[in-house]
Amino acid sequence: MRTPFTIRVLAAMPRSGWIAMGLFAAITLVLMPALHLFVPEGHPFHVSNYVITLGGKIMCYAIVAVAMDLVWGYAGILSLGHGMFFALGGYAFGMYLMRGIGTDGSYQSHLPDFMVFLDWKELPWYWAGSDSFVLTLILVLAVPSLVAFVFGYFAFRSRIKGVYFAIITQALTFAAMLLFFRNETGFGGNNGFTDFKRILGYDITSPEMRATLFALSALALMLALLAGRYLATSKFGRVLAAIRDAESRVMFIGYNPLHYKLFIWTFSAMLCGIAGALYVPQVGIINPGEMSPANSIEIAIWVAVGGRGTLIGPIIGAGLVNGFKSFFTVAFPEYWLFFLGALFVGVTLWLPEGVVGLWKRIRARVAA
Amino acid sequence: MSTNLTDYDTDNRGGEDGTQVVGHILQPGVDLSHKVILYLEAISVSFDGFKALNNLNLTIDAGELRCIIGPNGAGKTTMMDVITGKTRPDAGTCFFGQTLDLTRMTEPEIAHAGIGRKFQKPTIFENHTVFENLELAMKTDKRAWASLFAWLSQEGRDRITDTLKQVRLDHEADRPAGLLSHGQKQWLEIGMLLMQEPQLLLLDEPVAGMTDDETERTGELFKSLAGKHSLVVVEHDMAFIEQLGGKVTVLHEGSVLAEGDLATVQADPRVIEVYLGR
Ligand SMILES: Nc1ncnc2c1ncn2[C@@H]1O[C@H](COP(=O)(O)OP(=O)(O)OP(=O)(O)O)[C@@H](O)[C@H]1O
Ligand SMILES: [Mg+2]
Repeated sequence: MRTPFTIRVLAAMPRSGWIAMGLFAAITLVLMPALHLFVPEGHPFHVSNYVITLGGKIMCYAIVAVAMDLVWGYAGILSLGHGMFFALGGYAFGMYLMRGIGTDGSYQSHLPDFMVFLDWKELPWYWAGSDSFVLTLILVLAVPSLVAFVFGYFAFRSRIKGVYFAIITQALTFAAMLLFFRNETGFGGNNGFTDFKRILGYDITSPEMRATLFALSALALMLALLAGRYLATSKFGRVLAAIRDAESRVMFIGYNPLHYKLFIWTFSAMLCGIAGALYVPQVGIINPGEMSPANSIEIAIWVAVGGRGTLIGPIIGAGLVNGFKSFFTVAFPEYWLFFLGALFVGVTLWLPEGVVGLWKRIRARVAA
Repeated sequence: MSTNLTDYDTDNRGGEDGTQVVGHILQPGVDLSHKVILYLEAISVSFDGFKALNNLNLTIDAGELRCIIGPNGAGKTTMMDVITGKTRPDAGTCFFGQTLDLTRMTEPEIAHAGIGRKFQKPTIFENHTVFENLELAMKTDKRAWASLFAWLSQEGRDRITDTLKQVRLDHEADRPAGLLSHGQKQWLEIGMLLMQEPQLLLLDEPVAGMTDDETERTGELFKSLAGKHSLVVVEHDMAFIEQLGGKVTVLHEGSVLAEGDLATVQADPRVIEVYLGR
């Protein structure tokens, strides 16, 4: 007998998980947007622009953390290039935002300012269709997935693994960064895209738009977590974990690891692309710095801090590390990288299973 | 030894596991029309100039239980690596039935075709439960897309439960496999092999680390499998080989030194020299 798909999805999380998600949904989809929109500024319950934007941004990072955990925690593939997929999604949506500026730029041209500055007379061919919202959404999904698929196909087919794979992905994001730095590439060089004005005709800085983007980020995060839970609890997830632990054994019982890795790798890149597309309109800028090797390493740190292979852990990790970051970069900006390094070393040495592992140990001790 | 050939054929016709060759005159699956399941002809494998297999010739009949012995480093494991696609031979041919050229197939393809392997060092999925280990091994559609939506049927569940009983791990079903004793791990791996429903089972030192009692039971199990399946057992334990009672092949320095029943082989002066001279 075949079990309906909805029942399988429901079975992907325990009851407590669904309750927690319901609470999260109530807070992020209703409470926070309402407090932002309808409670006047200055009122103690007003949720400020800063909080909404920071929250939205961190939820985008959390999506990336889930994506990273799927490949690293479950499939054992350490990627140090996930920042690139995030940035590709961001750039794809950024193109739409640039076109949305219309003639309101400094040069009052139909072309984005940086193209006028470069003395370009028309849009390069690959900007065709970038004014279409629907096409943009497709590109946001397709570009990171396609890059990941092609790269993954060759890497996994050659059975590149572990440190070698990590180094190659790191080189890949670095190369992409250099490419995007060039003005001739046609993506705004080192300044990237900024000064966005509107989405679908609505003012991008309006409270309504901020609240909408915030809620969409929360929704995307919940869906990413649910998809991750479904994958992890499915037979697919068990095969993936088996590939992580003993790849050759998996082949001898008849599974082709290439297809499994390629699927999860491409899916993960797609999640990053979605996160990037939600991130860019909220922070108002995208530049090649997002592809810097350090950014991708930071993603791995979120996952390690939260706890690999737990999905919820990396979300907490992304929240914690970025929470610290926004505090540190204001209080002692020059020490942030030292702190991040120390955090990583500390977690690796003392908390190999991250915050979630710590929580489990505490609960076990209390129960005993 | 009676082998039900039609049974083999129908077992493999489905192609629902994604291995079916489309638009081909040949029947999918292994062709046993000559009652031989495995041919190794003039196989040579060298590692940095060292010949691990040297012009090895071996044929296994359908339904046969064959024992392979030989001193350490004789090439027994390497031979299994060649059959399962892990190692490509430098020379020679390796056929599964009349039609399947194993030297041109990947490891998962060979597994699909119906060859299962138990490794010398028990390799199970230590972080998965005993039950999950068997679930992963079970014969079914193993493509990624199918696994995404796979849901264990009651029928599959029953099969796993039966196999758990067969390998006496029914009380360990929900424990992580990494916590099993060495002998239990061997049994689990044998159980995984059974779940795959292969036609040819390759067993590399299956009773190493087992108690005498466990060894004897393993022997009984293998004997009960022969006939419907073909088995190739590599062992050093002579008492176990005697219990199995099949034809014995002696490997030495990568080729066949002697072949026959155990008593004949043990009386062969060349074999005695190889075993004493090491
Ligand atoms: N990948 C490899 N690289 C180099 N040499 C190898 C490799 N695999 C096997 N050998 C060598 O090939 C020879 C045959 O090895 P094999 O493992 O097949 O022997 P075996 O008969 O299974 O021995 P044992 O009884 O110890 O398991 C050995 O000398 C071994 O050192
Ligand atoms: Mg061996």
